[in-house]
Amino acid sequence: MVVEALPAPRRRPAPKQVTRGERWKRRGPLLPALVVAIVLTQLPFLLTLYYSVHSQNLLRPGAARFVGLANFGKVFGDELFRNAVLNTVVLTASAVMLSMLLGLACAVLLDRKFLGRSVVRTLLITPFLVMPAAAALLWKTSIYNPVFGLLNWALAPFGFGGTDWVSEHPMIAIILVLTWQWTPFMMLIVLAGLQSQSPEVLEAAKVDGAGAWATFVRITLPHLRQFIELGILLGSIFIVQTFDAIFMITQGGPGQATTNLPYFIYQQAFRAFDVGEAAAAGVIVVVATIVIATFALRVISNLFREE
Amino acid sequence: MSTLTASPPAATPPAARRQARRRRIRHVRPGDVGIGVLAWVVGIVFFFPVLWMFLTGFKQEAQASTDPPTFVFTPTFEQYAAILERNFAPYFINSLTASVMSTIFVIALATPAAYALSLARIPRWRDSLFFFISTRMMPAVAIILPLYLIAKNVGMLDNVTFLALMYTAMNLPIAVWMIRSFLLELPKEVLEASRMDGAGLFTEIRSIILPMIAPGLAATSLICFIFAWNEFFFAVSLTATQAATVPVFLVGFITSEGLFWARLSAASTMAALPVILAGWAAQKWLVRGLSLGAVK
Repeated sequence: MVVEALPAPRRRPAPKQVTRGERWKRRGPLLPALVVAIVLTQLPFLLTLYYSVHSQNLLRPGAARFVGLANFGKVFGDELFRNAVLNTVVLTASAVMLSMLLGLACAVLLDRKFLGRSVVRTLLITPFLVMPAAAALLWKTSIYNPVFGLLNWALAPFGFGGTDWVSEHPMIAIILVLTWQWTPFMMLIVLAGLQSQSPEVLEAAKVDGAGAWATFVRITLPHLRQFIELGILLGSIFIVQTFDAIFMITQGGPGQATTNLPYFIYQQAFRAFDVGEAAAAGVIVVVATIVIATFALRVISNLFREE
Repeated sequence: MSTLTASPPAATPPAARRQARRRRIRHVRPGDVGIGVLAWVVGIVFFFPVLWMFLTGFKQEAQASTDPPTFVFTPTFEQYAAILERNFAPYFINSLTASVMSTIFVIALATPAAYALSLARIPRWRDSLFFFISTRMMPAVAIILPLYLIAKNVGMLDNVTFLALMYTAMNLPIAVWMIRSFLLELPKEVLEASRMDGAGLFTEIRSIILPMIAPGLAATSLICFIFAWNEFFFAVSLTATQAATVPVFLVGFITSEGLFWARLSAASTMAALPVILAGWAAQKWLVRGLSLGAVK
């Protein structure tokens, strides 16, 4: 089964009179993990909330001053921040869409039987495994270099060449790397969806005289819908956080052309040491992520309820 | 190709054999060869940058940046020797320590939690489960500053253990969800039988459940190792000289040594290889880990 089954709540596992001690004993195994997760992720976020309404700069010693929502006002008024939001949206949307389209195509290919299928599958998932920082370095030098890069060499026969990808088309350069990295992720999720299709339904479609294309559009795609949604949502949540590729390839530049939100916050925090503004931007990112994540959780919940 | 599959043993009933033959015939269509070739081309295109990185690491610098690219050359270990000479080992050890330590923490914390959230069925398990997943979705940038300041105040900045704690928090949700999905697959009969035999909870967990989910735990560990090893943001923000991991070592190549492609490729290969191997080994479970156990 592809989709995880809920334990059926058929019979009540606990009799009515459960002592308090008994209840804690059953809850016990959960507590260490719960406490660690809260301490390491929720408490720091509470601190972020605290910083976001205070003015503090680590370069200028002095106590933090409560400033209400001033930091948020400053952040929203900051042209660099708005630019970073726009870049994040463009980057995430393009990389997610491209890698989903390619991943879907690769998954359809891999769903067929052919010689060496498992080898091809292994080759295809490798980009996702390569350390992103290493991959970024590799693309920056061996692939995007205007003179010696593989990309220009491969494009030369088609009349393109001599392009300095990183400085002329920095956003495209970053999107390409991310697409290369995330296509395997999308492919694996879609492939799991394809392989969960019941062969009987496909057989029935064939008996009814449906062509391959019609079968794909009418039967396979609707079946894949929830897998595609899951891939897009999880992919968005991870790709919004892209940092390695930007740090390694463009350092957010040229100018601010590829500064996305994580890189912007990193700069505010560790270059400008503006705690308040960095924290406010962080809170905004979390709110945006919660919006996406709510959809993601709903999709996962649906996958859940299916059975 | 399906024609290569062994014919069914003689003992199978004729009807089944006929069906098997029909299935086989159906799969050998002219289009399939085209599909195979196309899939191989796509696979090689995607893999090529990785192969290129691997090859370039064995070149002389002069062969690494040429137009057209050099495909035929005599391999040399010069670059690897140079990397090792430049104190690569401490970074590698830090990466290994942070990844392995965090993976041990994660498995130790997540296994009981997953048990509580699946077989033990504690009240409101669903809320806890979704709480875990929501912590994974929180962007690291939103909490990096407090973490940095906390680490600084308690003297744990540039400390491998602190980094391992971060990776523990990062991987915990994935592990809880994944291990839970393995626990739910355990055959109910086995668990019930052991309970009938009067096995206590502890015995049941130790001698029945743990051995049966051992492969699942191994898969989960590999997935956690992969994410911890490749992590960059925490590493670059929270470490400096003492606890810096392999990705931080690579940062040095952005500027000063960015011109030494062969050396850079050798370093990247050494950085990426452990996870490529772990990922190939965990291939079967990769999708389960990536989708937090939702997709198998």
